Amino acid sequence: MRLFRIKGGVHPAERKDATREKAVEDAPLAARLVLPLQQHIGAPAKPLVKPGDRVLKGQPIAAPAGPVSAAIHASTSGTVESVGPQPVPHPSGLPAPAIVLIPDGRDAWCEPMLSLGPYAAPEAIAERVAEAGIVGLGGATFPSAVKLNLRARHRLDTLVMNGAECEPFLTCDDRLMREHTSELIQGVALMARALGVSRAVIAIERNKPEATAAMTGAAAAYREIAIAPVPTRYPMGSEKHLVQALTGRETPAKALTADIGVVVHNIATAFAVYEAVILGRPLVSRILTVSGGAIARPTNLRVPLGTPIRHLIDVCGGLTETPQELLSGGPMMGQPLRSTEIPTVKGMNGVLALLPSDTRRGPAHACLRCGTCVAACPCGLLPFEIAAHVRNGDFAAALEAGLMDCIGCGSCAFACPSRIPLVQSFHHAKGHVAAEARRKQRADEAKRLAQAKAEREARLAAERKAEMARKKAAADKARAEAGAE
Amino acid sequence: MIEKRPLIAGPFAHAGLSTPMVMAWVMIALTPATVFGLGLFGWPAIFLFVVTVGTAVAAEVACLRLAGKPLATLGDGSAVLSGWILALSLPPWAPWWIGAAGAAIAMVVGKHVFGGLGQNLFNPAMVARVALLISFPLEMTRYVAPRPIHSAVAPDVREALAVTFGIGGRADLDAVSSASLLGHAKTELARGVPLSDALAGGFDPWQLFLGNAVGSLGETSALLLLLGGALLLALRVISWHVPAALLLGVAVPAAACHALDPERFLPPLTHALAASTVFGALFIATDLVTSPVTRAGQLIYGAGCGVLIFVIRTWGGYPEGMAFAVLLMNAATPLIDRWVRPRVYGRDRKGRPLPVREAGR
Repeated sequence: MRLFRIKGGVHPAERKDATREKAVEDAPLAARLVLPLQQHIGAPAKPLVKPGDRVLKGQPIAAPAGPVSAAIHASTSGTVESVGPQPVPHPSGLPAPAIVLIPDGRDAWCEPMLSLGPYAAPEAIAERVAEAGIVGLGGATFPSAVKLNLRARHRLDTLVMNGAECEPFLTCDDRLMREHTSELIQGVALMARALGVSRAVIAIERNKPEATAAMTGAAAAYREIAIAPVPTRYPMGSEKHLVQALTGRETPAKALTADIGVVVHNIATAFAVYEAVILGRPLVSRILTVSGGAIARPTNLRVPLGTPIRHLIDVCGGLTETPQELLSGGPMMGQPLRSTEIPTVKGMNGVLALLPSDTRRGPAHACLRCGTCVAACPCGLLPFEIAAHVRNGDFAAALEAGLMDCIGCGSCAFACPSRIPLVQSFHHAKGHVAAEARRKQRADEAKRLAQAKAEREARLAAERKAEMARKKAAADKARAEAGAE
Repeated sequence: MIEKRPLIAGPFAHAGLSTPMVMAWVMIALTPATVFGLGLFGWPAIFLFVVTVGTAVAAEVACLRLAGKPLATLGDGSAVLSGWILALSLPPWAPWWIGAAGAAIAMVVGKHVFGGLGQNLFNPAMVARVALLISFPLEMTRYVAPRPIHSAVAPDVREALAVTFGIGGRADLDAVSSASLLGHAKTELARGVPLSDALAGGFDPWQLFLGNAVGSLGETSALLLLLGGALLLALRVISWHVPAALLLGVAVPAAACHALDPERFLPPLTHALAASTVFGALFIATDLVTSPVTRAGQLIYGAGCGVLIFVIRTWGGYPEGMAFAVLLMNAATPLIDRWVRPRVYGRDRKGRPLPVREAGR
């Protein structure tokens, strides 16, 4: 398959050897599961249960609130302990509403949903995906059903399945592709069907030859599915860059890949889709990689959602030493976890306990304008320049220099010899700009309302005046007529 | 366990290279040519080198103190490197105060006046070299023939003290002075002597390439400089864009002119493989701070340096043009960086979003 060039990018040490050959193990049930109401992009789900309720595995316990939201299901059978604030994986470190479930140990399923079979109608597939609470499992956590319904608004021709897994350490997608090949291919076929596209391309980085071979074999029976080995280069898994590498189409700024006819889903999502549509099972568990220099026995686990990180680390033999950094996701774009009590959520594809030798953190030096960040940026930006604007508090100049075109992949900061925290400064600036936009919107809205009120009052006053004048005229006329009689 | 500590964003991985390492690798790459040069010109050269590097460090410390900046930044090695590069570009038997004054100019005027590392517009070592060349033309153009430290003609330490510090009487340098190939060719051409006569005998190209030649302290062995440069390229401390463009920028016009009139213009390889050109291409023009940030910009900058070097050598008043060429292109760097920008993903060259063109139409 012909590939197209994308610019920039870096080659981080892969570090995948620790778990590459580790078959996925089922993590044992923890004593207490915490299911945050927001495990997806969009509105938090509305709880359907109250403390004391008994639930079965797979039973919906929170319903989507609005068009962009996702349902949540009990990941095992047990009793609802509480519904309230709990530690969650959020950069703020603040607690958020969650349902706490005490497993009864029986792990008893509720009645499964009916299998729709491989030839289900597109609408039925999307509906089932929504019912099953499936979100983008690569970490983006956008509700998948919304993306499967894009055919209504866009003319689509290609489904791209992202099996690049370009983040160092992570091997869960690799294992999934090797261990559940047939299910994945069926899932991909279902998703292509839901989208109404005649072509599905599964992109796999060249560092996963076994997965590529397995998937190629399984896809042979499907005319519409192709496997594309892509170069091992970070950030190959970036949606817009992957689409460009595979199709040569460049997504315009501020647009979606759907605008150029392509929808991208993570390969792990296809497995959840298979389970939901064919087996009638909602999303109650996920496969993730537990690795990093501080993990005694790195491995891949299939984990019931809501399992605390501490439990996963214990299953992997505990920590050999205190990690410098505990992360959810890969080292390039992962989020620091502020507590081991934080639960496993739908978008968590890795738990990494990193040592200083993994992070290679060092003191920051002055920017040399060496241009390393410019060469590394896959978006054609000048990261050092944007960072300099941010440092000066000149957010307008940062925006002008392309702040919002930054995808936050971290290639620049990874490569910077002066170890300048570029991504940190971009996050800061994006947050500031977003807050500023909200403030402006509020002010504009207040102004609009005030103006509307003034106009309304003026109009009412004018109407009142006109009415009085009319009444007066009528009265005068009546009086005049009475006088005439 | 809930931790309270400052939020930090990723990435939680790094390529591994750091600023002090960049500086250290450049120094390692310079070491063969430096050791060779010090050996070739003996004790006076060693004294000059120590004085220059020492003054650069002292000036950096003084500037950091004055600016109230932490002295820890000294550890990045940039001051040592600037002094080092300056020393390599000086006539090896220049008096100590040339090195000291040059190093002070490089650090104070060339670097800290602009705000320190990363802020300077011009290459500090070249600022110093040009200031010295204009202020002290005699001392800056008096070259000696190689006197290897182990040979009979080499000055001993006592004689060297006289050469460098003027201790125990002044040395008569005019008696031992000589000219580099480029300098000799320039003088002869100015007298109207055709190149075939001027270069008849005495200039073996292979010896020149190996470095057994007249020249600045570090600008004798093109071979060792190329080896050091190859190391930096292999480690990706520098990219090939500036050196390649610079060498082509010198060689292409030189080849054209040489083809037109071989009696008036030196052959392209004499220009491009002169140790001074190689030193400049690999270690001076590649200065990260003062060269453009984009690959395309670096090509323009390198080519500009190369062409200017050829122009200055051929029609200017000096036999060497590296320092002037680099400073001129340093001045053009902000302009290059403003004009030559990569296209932002999803946008056209003017920064407007690409038009949304739906597939299959």
